[in-house]
Parts: sequence; structure tokens; C-alpha cells
Amino acid sequence: MSKPRVVIVGAGHAGGSAAAFLRQYGFDGPIYLVGEEPLLPYQRPPLSKAWLKGEADADSLALKPAAWYAEAEVALRLGGVASEINRGAKTVTLASGEAIPYDFLILATGARARMLPIPGADLANVLALRTAADAEHLKSVLGAGKRLAIIGGGYVGLEAAASARALGAEAVVIERENRVLARVACPELSHFFQRYHGERGVTFELHAGVEAFVGEDGKVTGVKLADGRTVPCDAVLVGVGAHPNDELAKDCGLDCAGGVVVDLEARTSDPHIFAIGDVSHRPLPIYERQFRLESVPNALEQAKQAASAIAGRAGPTPEVPWFWSDQFDLKLQIAGLPFDADRIIVRGNPDTASFAVFHLKGDLIQAVEAVNAPPEFMAGKMLIARRTPVSLDKLADTTISMKEVAA
Amino acid sequence: MAKITYIEHDGTEHVVDVKPGLTVMEGAVKNNIPGIDADCGGACACATCHVYVKEEWRDKTGTASAMEESMLDFAENVEANSRLSCQIKVTDELDGLVVSMPENQH
Ligand SMILES: Cc1cc2nc3c(=O)[nH]c(=O)nc-3n(C[C@H](O)[C@H](O)[C@H](O)COP(=O)(O)OP(=O)(O)OC[C@H]3O[C@@H](n4cnc5c(N)ncnc54)[C@H](O)[C@@H]3O)c2cc1C
Ligand code: FES
Repeated sequence: MSKPRVVIVGAGHAGGSAAAFLRQYGFDGPIYLVGEEPLLPYQRPPLSKAWLKGEADADSLALKPAAWYAEAEVALRLGGVASEINRGAKTVTLASGEAIPYDFLILATGARARMLPIPGADLANVLALRTAADAEHLKSVLGAGKRLAIIGGGYVGLEAAASARALGAEAVVIERENRVLARVACPELSHFFQRYHGERGVTFELHAGVEAFVGEDGKVTGVKLADGRTVPCDAVLVGVGAHPNDELAKDCGLDCAGGVVVDLEARTSDPHIFAIGDVSHRPLPIYERQFRLESVPNALEQAKQAASAIAGRAGPTPEVPWFWSDQFDLKLQIAGLPFDADRIIVRGNPDTASFAVFHLKGDLIQAVEAVNAPPEFMAGKMLIARRTPVSLDKLADTTISMKEVAA
Repeated sequence: MAKITYIEHDGTEHVVDVKPGLTVMEGAVKNNIPGIDADCGGACACATCHVYVKEEWRDKTGTASAMEESMLDFAENVEANSRLSCQIKVTDELDGLVVSMPENQH
């Protein structure tokens, strides 16, 4: 019998890592890695941080050097778009016409930036930030004397604002809600980040609707707000969330629910097909829920799950979902998700730029948001996994170490 | 180029050349050395790049920052010679460096 063949669609963080884990786990069948972007798999987090500020080069973005793929015999189809899955024949067809048969298929198509369907959206310098090419474009319009308008005060938007400031550009964040990070963080954290950014020259338009982008000679020059004002700018970054690239899966009849539905092995409703990373809608046993996560740790965990299942070994220990973000000299680390939380405990003082917000359901920690507070993050992550009650008084008392709280 | 030896928990040795300027973590990841997952890509945020630095190299690799120390405080199987490999920059000085990996990075 010939060895099973794995085809991975999407050569991003999840897809690239899955190929590497398959080889690490001793899988020795053929691996095909199909990726729409013309680049080897790379990390996206630095695109809004170190790379944008000029502190990291393209080499350090790449997950593996080109030579690795040759050595590991991973057949690359870069610049190749998968356009159809035939589950009966077990083939993936590329836009080029090539049909690649598979025994196991891993969908790792990620998500794409959501754009705003408003007038002026097609003006030059109205940008998104999802790919290396996007980042290249953004960097080319930043610099001293330039003004960047950022639509959406989420993580990517705030990171880009901090990087723009570091490059000497002005940054104005325009947000529909009345606080930044409204979708993803608690009010305490939002207020802290807004103040910290404000002190470093980032300006904010909160509670502001965006009506249109206005321009001259085909190039954006301002953002028209619902209250009639126009915010002048040299470029716009639209950072209003992402949409899973689950169309391929939907078209071939796999279960989808705002992402491809998978189990704890990252297997879809078809046992021969896996879905990992931003495109998947995955179980979160701690919270008894299914959810779509957008983070590198999630992409890596699911890459390990799928690679383990295919290589026939036990899957990785389930992880507490976590995420990090760097802005200015702040390190934000978040563990868990605040589902069903009924109270919060702030440990430390937000004015000192080192504090943590714990989200609790009764006396169980559901999530922790830690700013320059690694012990709170690390111990919090452990306690979330453990599902044992904590003393709320100890948690709030910074004279008691996190070691003791976790003991 | 600096020659770095990475020793897996089961004793398997990997000797690779790492370009100065990269970190000890990047040297491992780019060569697909098992045992260093580096979930955060070097942001000092995950502690999945934990290594033990061979005693005679501890001076040359320097000391951990406060941030690194507190991440290590909560990592598993920490020893006096534990470091986060993403916080060790490779220089010509580190040619010959030997590090080993703990049993589990999570
Ligand atoms: C600017 C930015 C900053 C971020 N910062 C952080 C951070 O600090 N911490 C963190 O944890 N996470 C961060 N993330 C999120 C993290 O990068 C993603 O969660 C991760 O990249 C998901 O990996 P993925 O492989 O699922 O998707 P991706 O990395 O997006 O890869 C998907 C790939 O599939 C390709 N593709 C799609 N459809 C097809 C098709 N039909 N055929 C072929 N190829 C296809 C796409 O072109 C893409 O290359 C950030 C993301 C961005 C954009
Ligand atoms: S790679 Fe995450 S702490 Fe070193």
C-alpha cells in the first residue's frame, strides 16, 4: 500500500506549522502545501509590531527557511489558489487546473480582513493589515509628517497606532463604540490603553460613525464622520475584524457555523478533512462551547492536533486559549475567555502600568488580562486550566504573591 | 556562524549553524528542532522556548531580564540555569553553545 498523502490548503501560520509538525511526528508520506500568497509561511504578529517599526526583517518573519521545505520534502504550490474540493474523488483543484489527490486534507485558509462597504473604500491608501504585502504598503505610507487614520480600535489598530508613532507619524483611531477594544477587553483595560496611547500622542474619535472616505486624484485625504466632520489623513487603515475563509468548506458541504466546525482533533464533519487556525470553529471544553479563535497559540495547538491525528499519535494536552499584544513598552497577555463571568478583580494599579484584571465565575477564574504582569498571566493560565476555586481576597492583594495565590 | 548544540530531553543532539543576530530560539525553530515550540515567536510571552544553558556558557549568555525571570518563575521544571531561548541573542562569542530542553514546554 502506498503511503497516505496530505494536502494542506493555506500556507500561513497554521498550515506551515502543520507541515512541520507532521514531519516532527514522523509522518513520511507526501505533503503538499498550497498557498495563495507567493511567500513561504510566515508569522503575522510582527507585521503590526516589530516589523512595521523596522526592528525585524523578512527572514525573521518566515517560519522556516526555504531549504527546510526541500529537505523535508514538502511540495510547495505557492501562488496557488485552491478553488474546489471534490470529497468523493478526494481531490483539491487549484485555479491553475491542477488536481491534487489527498488521503487527508487540512484546511488552513485563515481569515481575511473585513472591509467597509462605504463610498471611497477603493481610494488609494485605504488599506487593510493582514498580509506581508499589506504591511509593506502600510509602511510605505508612514513616516514623519504623515497622518494615519485607523478605523477600529482593536488590537491590530492599536498596535499599528503605536508603531506609527514610533515612526514619527500621527495616528488617529476612529472607533464606533465609546471605548477602544470594546469587543475583546474589559472597560478597565480599554481605559488604560486609551490613556496610555493618548499620552504618547495617539488621538481618538470615539463613538464615531464613518460615512465615507474622501480623496483627491484617486487617493484618500480624509475620513468623513457621521457628525459631518472630516478627519484629514494621508492613509487609512481599516481594522474592523476578520472573516473566516470558509467558502471552500461550505461549497463542498462541510458543517460550518461562521468557521468550519471541528472536533478536538481538528477533524471536520468529513473524517478525511481537518480545519485548523483562524478558519475553524472549535470546541473549548473548559467553557463547554464552540468558538472561533484568532491567535497564533490556537493555530499551533490545532496544527498539532491535526498532525497528531494523521501521524497516529496522542494529541497535545488541551491548552487554555491565550493571546498577547505589544504596544509601546506594554506587554499585554490574555489567558482564557470571560464567558459567564459574574465579577472582576483588578490586581495592582492601572496607573503603574503593571496590573491584571481577573474575570471570575463565582470563585473560578475564567480569564485574565495582564499588562506587564507575567506572574499574573502565567499563574492565571494555570488556574483557569485547573478549575479549582481561588481565594478572592488573596487574588486582590498584591502583597500576596501569585505563587501563593496559586498554591 | 555560531555552532549551537541543542539536546532534546531524550538525549538526541542537534548541532546546527545559527546566524549571529538571530536568537537561540530562532536557531531551533528554523531548523525544526523538536522541544522548542516558541508559540509567541520571541515576544517573551509564552515560555515555550525554555532551555537549560550548559554551566560553562552561563556567563556568555548573560542574565535574564526581570520580565524573563517572572515568566520563568511559572514555567515547569525550572533550574538555576534556565533561560528563555528567545531572549538569548546569538553572537560569534556563542560559537559552541550547548543548551538542553526540558521534558515538556507546557
Ligand atoms: C497584523 C496582525 C497581528 C497579529 N498579532 C497577533 C498577536 O500578537 N498574537 C496572536 O496570537 N495572534 C496575532 N495575530 C493573529 C494570527 O496571526 C493569526 O491567528 C494566525 O496567522 C492564524 O493562522 P492561520 O494559518 O489560520 O491563518 P493565516 O496565517 O492568515 O494563513 C492563511 C493562509 O491561507 C491562504 N489561503 C486562503 N484561502 C486560500 C485558498 N483558497 N487557496 C490557497 N491559499 C489560501 C491565505 O492567503 C493565507 O496565506 C495577528 C494577525 C495579524 C493580521
Ligand atoms: S518564544 Fe515565547 S517566550 Fe520565548
